[in-house]
Amino acid sequence: MALEVERHEFDVLVIGAGGAGLRAAIAAAEAGARTALVCRSLLGKAHTVMAEGGVAAALGNVAPEDGWETHFQDTMFSAKYLNNWRMAELHAKEAPDRVRELEHWGAVFDRTPDRKMSQRAFGGHTHKRLVHIGDRTGLEMIRTLQDKAVHSGIEVFMECTITRLLKDGERVVGAFGYRRGSGEFLAFAAPAVVLGTGGGGRSYRITSNSWECFGDGYALAYDAGAELVDMEFVQFHPTGMVYPPGVVGLLVTEAVRGEGGILRNRDGERFMSNYDERRMELSTRDVVARAIFTEVKEDRGTEHGGVFLDVSHLPDTTVRQKLPSMYDQFMELAGVDITKQPMEVGPTCHYFMGGVRIDGDTGHSPVAGLLATGECSGGMNGANRLGGNSLSDLLVFGRRAGEGAAEAAARADRISLQDVGLEEAAQEMLDYLEGQGTENPYQIHDDLRDMMQANVGIFRDKPGLEDAVSKLDELDQRACRVAAPASTRVYNPGWHLCRDLQTMLTVSRAVTLAALRREESRGAHSRLDHTGFDDYWGEHNIVITREGGEMRLVDEPVRKRAELEQLVQQRQEQEQQATSKANTP
Amino acid sequence: MTDTRTLEIWRGGPDSGERVAYEIEAEPGMVVLDAVLEVQRTQAQDLAVRWNCKAAKCGSCSAEINGRPRLMCKTRLDHLPEETPITVEPIKAFPPIRDLVTDVSWNYKVNERIPPFTPAPDAEWSIAQEDVDRMSEFRKCIECFLCQDVCHVLREHRLHSQYFGPRFLVRLASLEMHPLDTLDRIDMIKDEAGVGLCNITKCCTEVCPAEIHITDNAIIPLKERVVDRHYDPVMMVVRKVTGRDRRARNDSPVDEHAARGPVGPAWPEDSEKPVPGPGDQPVG
Repeated sequence: MALEVERHEFDVLVIGAGGAGLRAAIAAAEAGARTALVCRSLLGKAHTVMAEGGVAAALGNVAPEDGWETHFQDTMFSAKYLNNWRMAELHAKEAPDRVRELEHWGAVFDRTPDRKMSQRAFGGHTHKRLVHIGDRTGLEMIRTLQDKAVHSGIEVFMECTITRLLKDGERVVGAFGYRRGSGEFLAFAAPAVVLGTGGGGRSYRITSNSWECFGDGYALAYDAGAELVDMEFVQFHPTGMVYPPGVVGLLVTEAVRGEGGILRNRDGERFMSNYDERRMELSTRDVVARAIFTEVKEDRGTEHGGVFLDVSHLPDTTVRQKLPSMYDQFMELAGVDITKQPMEVGPTCHYFMGGVRIDGDTGHSPVAGLLATGECSGGMNGANRLGGNSLSDLLVFGRRAGEGAAEAAARADRISLQDVGLEEAAQEMLDYLEGQGTENPYQIHDDLRDMMQANVGIFRDKPGLEDAVSKLDELDQRACRVAAPASTRVYNPGWHLCRDLQTMLTVSRAVTLAALRREESRGAHSRLDHTGFDDYWGEHNIVITREGGEMRLVDEPVRKRAELEQLVQQRQEQEQQATSKANTP
Repeated sequence: MTDTRTLEIWRGGPDSGERVAYEIEAEPGMVVLDAVLEVQRTQAQDLAVRWNCKAAKCGSCSAEINGRPRLMCKTRLDHLPEETPITVEPIKAFPPIRDLVTDVSWNYKVNERIPPFTPAPDAEWSIAQEDVDRMSEFRKCIECFLCQDVCHVLREHRLHSQYFGPRFLVRLASLEMHPLDTLDRIDMIKDEAGVGLCNITKCCTEVCPAEIHITDNAIIPLKERVVDRHYDPVMMVVRKVTGRDRRARNDSPVDEHAARGPVGPAWPEDSEKPVPGPGDQPVG
């Protein structure tokens, strides 16, 4: 069989066109690299459009006392000190410039009375820090980056899925995939490949994540020999819709609480006072999500298994102006007028803190030629991400990865792709079409989502996690017997899902194994059988690599930085004082 | 509480296709996208459909539901008549690929032709909230291309080579109304973008899921700017006297009247839609 593959050659290949991928591609192109951007969906549709509340940057426009140090401390505290300190530092220092730059590229944000970018309060941020436009900040960012990208000489390949990274020895030299529209194969030769593929929420039943959040980057990097870090930390956003059934999991922005929204249980009690009296509704996401989950579990929830989130005490005009898409969303989908009635909300799988372990300064993984950025990278967010930090994260580290890739490409030798790797990759896809499998890919996906939700959700324990591992073994077996529903290669989503299942199973296993290993509760990871902090785990990240086809888990010390020690200690002391004060009658 | 609903989904490719009936059990609050995905999951696993966010934020799941262009994720089953099957068809202004998926790549090529935001190098980044509010309406656009789908100029007249369509006039308006932008796109709006071809039927405004007043707030102001420059008699005299702006004009006269032209019929509620076929290729 003659292998029909459309071939391309670039200096830098960026996979994923959400905020991180777009920002990386722009940086690479500006550094002079011939750059390709490949995305699963149409351009501008990536999950970034769903970000609502804002982008965190210590501009000090509303709170002049704010600065990078406080933003760094807030990030560290929220992450329970497990992040890569250097990344948290770079992020806090560079976010203001990245946001200003975005404005210079045409992004439009809400203003203060003195015509500067306005900033709003958000959970876990000491000061009003989130630059925003209404509650559609992500759309504004992605559209700005998209328009910048198409005028930066980047070649965009829309609706293409990458299934494999191609290697030459120990080095990544390109990628293989298919065009979703035609089913034709394509291969990219590139000395530097940046993963900007976002998170993996589609493995959970209740999620705010959009269709394409399968976790491609985690699986691609893992298969290529890179390291995954902190995979046990999956953020459940405290407030997703819980009713009607069709919209379960749909995000209700944290800006609702930022603007003064109040959480109450069925009995009308403002229950956050029992969980974080000091920060109340604006506590960090892990705390609020656990609080809501607990209220519902202890039978103080609403009719549809949530709690009430209320903004009806705010002036109607404030609600309509500051939270317009929330107003529309509830009016249209739930028939609820949020200016008059409370919303019903509950936790929804939202963000993967973990991901491909990189060097923050350059975006490089330990595998030559492979870089990662945004949600698909790990280290920046530790055990729990602060709201608003993902949009700044993708700008700061998107740019750094793009520049890092361009630099690496400039030093690299010319690439020539070997046919053998391509044939194998193509055959894998053809097997799903031509094979004799009996399993329905949608059914396996459904079963995986239910299992992950039940066994590897907000609260975890050893028996549940061990059960999850054996169920993943079963699902792996079933996924080997999967078959595409029709033989056409033209826009055949059932065929695509056959391959996506492999990705989700890899990602789910990484999350489960890491969750089983971390015998403590910290940030977004809560073990019913190990409820407290553990000193050992407070100093270690779990790193996953592939060895002989199996996942190997190793504990590695947190990557600290001596010159930041003082700032971290200062925050730890402040927290201790505040806690002991709160506990004194 | 569930009840059975019938969906008639258009299945086919560039050359031919037909509506195929599927039955599903409707849950409370179910939207058309849920129903279509349920059909895909249980009855037609190869059913081609685009979707991403399922939250009316990405504009991927555009279709014609009971003949009306809408987002599938924003259309509740219980808001559609119970007595008749729900028809779901692809948008028609662009060539079909398969089932509900059409080739919308033309739109991305148009966008590339629009010169980007260009501030002065020494711009002072001071902007009033009212300017933000004005631009924000246009920047709410989720690029679902439903406005392009209903636009007569594109859908019936297939003038893709002469007209950018409402979506990109909205984009041009957002750039034109940015207080710190320095580029002049008026001639582009008149010539390349073909703003004069719009005869203000407001169909685009009616179908916009982001509720942008496309015609009133974007297209008409752009038409006025074109008229001010090119057709204002006072300005014509001024230009003749000063000798400025001797640009050749080669447009059809429709431009001159379009801005004040008659208001056409609104989007017909139950008109017969053409089935996508090979003849439906965009001109551009």
